[in-house]
Amino acid sequence: MHADPRDIAPSAGPVRRSKRSLLATAPLSARIAMLIILAYLLVAIFAPLLAPFGEAEVVSQMPYAPPDAQFLLGTDQLGRDQLSRLIYGARNSMGIALATTLISFTLGSLLGITAAVLGGWVDQVLSRFVDVIMAIPQLIFALILLSIAGSSIPNLIIIIALLDSTRVFRVSRAVAMNVVAMEFIEAARLRGEGLAWIIRREILPNIMPTLIAEFGLRFCFAFLTISALSFLGLGIQPPTADWGSMVREASSLIAYGNLTLFIPAIAIAVLTISVNLVVDWFLDRASGLRNAN
Amino acid sequence: MQTDNAHLLDIRDLRVEGESDGQWSTLVDGVSLTLRRGEVLGLVGESGAGKSTLGLAALGYVRPGCRITGGQVIFDGRDLLSLPEDQRRPLRGHRISYVAQSAAASFNPAHSLMNQTIETAVQRHLMPATEARNAATQQFRRLSLPHPDSIGKRYPHQVSGGQLQRIMTAMAMHCGPDLIVFDEPTTALDVTTQVEVLASIREAVEARGTAAIYITHDLAVVAQMAHRIMVLRHGKLVEEGETQAMLDAPQQDYTRSLWAVREVQKTTLQAAEKPLLTIQGLNFSYGKAGPKALEGIDLTVPRGRTLAVVGESGSGKSTLGRVIAGLNVADSGQVTFDGQVLPRRIGQRDKDLMRRIQLVHQSADTALNPRHTVRELIARPLETFHRLRGSERERRVQELLEMIELGPRYADRLPSELSGGQKQRVNIARGLAAGPDLMICDEVTSALDQLVQEGILRMLLNLQAELQISYFFITHDISTVRAIADGIVVMHHGRIVEAGPRQDVLSPPHHPYTELLLGSAPQMRTDWLTDLLASRAASASAP
Repeated sequence: MHADPRDIAPSAGPVRRSKRSLLATAPLSARIAMLIILAYLLVAIFAPLLAPFGEAEVVSQMPYAPPDAQFLLGTDQLGRDQLSRLIYGARNSMGIALATTLISFTLGSLLGITAAVLGGWVDQVLSRFVDVIMAIPQLIFALILLSIAGSSIPNLIIIIALLDSTRVFRVSRAVAMNVVAMEFIEAARLRGEGLAWIIRREILPNIMPTLIAEFGLRFCFAFLTISALSFLGLGIQPPTADWGSMVREASSLIAYGNLTLFIPAIAIAVLTISVNLVVDWFLDRASGLRNAN
Repeated sequence: MQTDNAHLLDIRDLRVEGESDGQWSTLVDGVSLTLRRGEVLGLVGESGAGKSTLGLAALGYVRPGCRITGGQVIFDGRDLLSLPEDQRRPLRGHRISYVAQSAAASFNPAHSLMNQTIETAVQRHLMPATEARNAATQQFRRLSLPHPDSIGKRYPHQVSGGQLQRIMTAMAMHCGPDLIVFDEPTTALDVTTQVEVLASIREAVEARGTAAIYITHDLAVVAQMAHRIMVLRHGKLVEEGETQAMLDAPQQDYTRSLWAVREVQKTTLQAAEKPLLTIQGLNFSYGKAGPKALEGIDLTVPRGRTLAVVGESGSGKSTLGRVIAGLNVADSGQVTFDGQVLPRRIGQRDKDLMRRIQLVHQSADTALNPRHTVRELIARPLETFHRLRGSERERRVQELLEMIELGPRYADRLPSELSGGQKQRVNIARGLAAGPDLMICDEVTSALDQLVQEGILRMLLNLQAELQISYFFITHDISTVRAIADGIVVMHHGRIVEAGPRQDVLSPPHHPYTELLLGSAPQMRTDWLTDLLASRAASASAP
């Protein structure tokens, strides 16, 4: 016994699209961007193999040596190899940014969805708390907290993650609100489902595209915040290599027409643009899916 | 200028294609139609038949993502498809206009109704603003809108849905078009409101001698409005003819099946002795000081029978369903379920009570999580209520899919890969999976085409005979009630105005409101609306 033939499904095409064909639909810009991100990741993972010298190794008697056959990008103010520092910097800068974003997303989205599902005073307390934190400019707040707690890498990660999670909270609460209003949430409540199921199985899959897109953006912001903090001297401390501090160290040279500082700056810019290109494509797809529904 | 008998609109062999997922499929497949001046043509078909696409093509327009691949649309001697866009645009809104299905979604909420009504005329310099305003007021009066002189100052949210639909008609008629395309203008309205809108549209169209294309899936409605009817299916013409001839003697099987939809009738069963659900003196209001949404409700749902709750929107019928489900908490009164007093909140009920009362929502689009497959949707109640796992659960999923007349191959589909009727079946299957004694069906067939409705109603009847489920069936549609109910409760403004076995409620004498509701349901004869208006006018003028 089957459905009435008059009552046919709208799509006669394949029932599910594979991941491969999803990648194949990516525009050229997104594909190039993905290749660039992959290259960054490989550099970060295999930094000790790729770098010609150590991270903090003083290899030259001459600070700010110009590029030559031995030091492809020249040396910095202490006579360390710029290229090696750039390669190790990928590891530190990206690793810290990734850790920060992961923590801020886990925290922010869980609390955001919980606030949307439970509503009432839980929502009020969480939202007003977030409002208060967001009222203070993020960079200044981070500077204050870092000077209180001391500028170590774990402190840096936790403080930026906490401040960033307020933004994630706002976004995930807003998108979850739209899903909570749907009747399938009511149906789940009528089944007596717990909070964990409602968050994980009913809401999260529906807001995932937005969250992933937001993740890409937040990753860039975390990256830029760390660079900015390093530039101000409260970020990653020497001798650890990181692109933000490398820009700061070379910044005094700009008056003399030396363009060394542009090398780490370009590394930051290229990664940021690449991540955004991928995010844009993903957002396009996600909104397209929503329209199609 | 052409003579009066000449064709105003002549669509020849029109082909339209639409794109989805990079593939082009045919929406309108070589349809031809002609329309004389002052003639009303009804376009009938299920959703997806290409009615709206054809209607829009009469304006020389296709929706984004569609393209015209062949044919001609000749309006008053000119082929709209070969005209450049800047010569087509002045015709739209002036010579040809369009009335959309959802007036609420089509008005701009930030502008007054008057400004939106006269916008076309003023923008195109067809008449000065004062004159346009006077003409619009005339139209409002002709469409029997209340306070025609001042209603234009209001904003869309300040008038009712029926009034908004009439204002959109006034807007369409404002520039004195030769042709109006009505795209399901009354589908979203209650039957009682529908009568008023139909009457005023028909009057206005007749008075000005405007030609019209009237698109609908409701045959009884089109019978009142159209001189001729065209039946479409899968983008092709099935049958065409004069309205009376089409109603009396349809030639094609498909047309006959459309006509036969309203013939589902439940056989009368013996009254059941034991009540499953009893409600006594129930009151409910939204908020402490809010107006009463339910007042003094008393009713009984017998075991294995169907109680239909009928009323227009705002009558409190859905609220009542939600009170039983435990989603709304009653202010006072008692609900007894199978001998025990039902806790008011869903949170206070134990798992078994949750299982025994299931609510099936109206819209499967929002009631099914779009990211879950059919299997996941149906399996979850099996897990939570029956602790079924693995192969046992899978077997039950297959059984349920058979029960709702879908094959096992549908188990891996997402809701977006199902048709509207199939989605609603899955929605019902999720309720069935719990193994309920009482199923609250909240307008489960209202958003569906009549043929699909019929299929689902038959399925529900079969399931009831097989599983002895009681249905608390909320609907505004009288023909659905005829098809499925054992007992009927008529609700109006939160109160029960009439209740009893189906035969008693549907046969006279009626409570005045039941009379109004029954009378407003369109009937399949061409003079129904005329008769109804005449009898209402007669009773209104009687002392």
